[in-house]
Amino acid sequence: MQERAIITVVGKDTVGIIAKVCGYLAENGINILDISQTIVQGYFNMMMIVDITSLKLPFDEFSTQLSKLGSETIGVQIRCQKEAIFDAMHRI
Amino acid sequence: MITIGEVAETNAMIEKENLDVRTITMGISLLDCADSDLTQLRRKIHDKIYRCAKDLVRTGEEISRDFGIPIVNKRISVTPIALVGASACKTSADFVSIAKTLDETAKEVGVNFLGGYSALVSKGMTPADELLIRSIPEALTTTDIVCSSVNLGSTKTGIDMDAVRLMGSVIKETAELSEKRNVLNGDSKLVVFCNAPDDNPFMAGAFHGVTEGDVVLNVGVSGPGAVKAALENVRGCDFETLSETIKKTAFKVTRVGQLVAREASKRLGYPFGIVDLSLAPTPAVGDSVADILCEMGLEYAGAPGTTAALAMLNDQVKKGGLMASSYVGGLSGAFIPVSEDQGMINAANAGALTIEKLEAMTCVCSVGLDMIAIPGDTKATTISGIIADEMALGMVNQKTTACRLIPVPGKKVGDVAEFGGLLGHAPIMPVNNFDCSRFVDRRGRIPAPVHSFKN
Repeated sequence: MQERAIITVVGKDTVGIIAKVCGYLAENGINILDISQTIVQGYFNMMMIVDITSLKLPFDEFSTQLSKLGSETIGVQIRCQKEAIFDAMHRI
Repeated sequence: MITIGEVAETNAMIEKENLDVRTITMGISLLDCADSDLTQLRRKIHDKIYRCAKDLVRTGEEISRDFGIPIVNKRISVTPIALVGASACKTSADFVSIAKTLDETAKEVGVNFLGGYSALVSKGMTPADELLIRSIPEALTTTDIVCSSVNLGSTKTGIDMDAVRLMGSVIKETAELSEKRNVLNGDSKLVVFCNAPDDNPFMAGAFHGVTEGDVVLNVGVSGPGAVKAALENVRGCDFETLSETIKKTAFKVTRVGQLVAREASKRLGYPFGIVDLSLAPTPAVGDSVADILCEMGLEYAGAPGTTAALAMLNDQVKKGGLMASSYVGGLSGAFIPVSEDQGMINAANAGALTIEKLEAMTCVCSVGLDMIAIPGDTKATTISGIIADEMALGMVNQKTTACRLIPVPGKKVGDVAEFGGLLGHAPIMPVNNFDCSRFVDRRGRIPAPVHSFKN
């Protein structure tokens, strides 16, 4: 069964945020299923639904690396959470 | 598919409104450790707890990272030690040595607290029960993370007034010994109950009841901040809207608890017991049950209308939460500890909240008089009297009630007692000092109440 995670990116808008995040995802064998994005008062808000079934490293490590990419390279906050928490809260 | 709005809502609840899973508590039966040799018994207790709980903390942290939800505490509850140690312990000091084993083992596996240094004496005390109760002051001042509880009554059995009287002096002695040894006031880790639940994951009252399986995982959720934030959007709306909003938020909060409980059960290989649907506050600003009551329209918790507001809050939390989890248990309701809730502290400081009002509030919510600092010179019989009142509320209303009263030596009304960390700080609250010793000093027990002729 497909296992999915939700990636959220929040921060000041700048050139190449999506490119850098997507590049990292491709390197780790992750397929993007859906992207939605808005800019509110100059702040970039993005959510991705991704398929982590063929993730090449442990999820824990992946989410730590992704958050580091956000804070150290791009200057945005990136969170990666398994989809189950949102399903549990928002779907009956 | 999940929408960006839903994701943002969940993450705002976690980041801004202090939504968290308060505790994963592993209940471990120690009945199979019973032995007439104390050294053997202590070894078996250590080995069983270590074997069952060695991966608990690591697994909790993994789940927390996977879902991006804080899991604040990992705890253990064990079979009441008065039962486990009955055959081996001939003195109170023997029981204290078990408390030390529990403390060391709990630290070894890295949990925050271990509960179950307990006796269930709702109808009467065995010699072992009494030895354990008398050992509580020594046990709680020579250990760090062991919690103790005593069940003093129930709707089915009445109230064991001999034990109530004894607990008055034990509470006082624990406070004095803590002061003398310059350690955290042991009474912050000691609670007395009427109708204690077997599967409560919250401290200080957690123990693994004898009706439970060998090892079980119980989860306690939190989330007063999330309820308060939701209510900010319905200011001035009618009671129906208010109820609906609380129910929906409680549902979401509880679903997180259910998810974490299921996941912990799968990863650790032990059965899932219950989710406790409690709104458990912390001293953090915004993580307060009192603030919800204020948001509902009260100037301070304790103002007229508080009992009605709390009754409604508690009921809607249950209604929303019950549908969200397949097994609900424990205490399940709103907690109203004074020192652990900044809004309660503010109310007490403003003079809006008294012990008597808190007593009324405990009639309609879970638990009872919780984390209340009282003057150090309060008489033991007065403490017993307050306990007896609270037990009577539980007995007659067929609900769990509890007391965690903390006499603070050398402090008077208006002073502040510091407990630190999750336990917070509390203003010393005034106690009604009119004498009750001739009542409390009577021997025996209060009979069980009649269950018909309800009025």
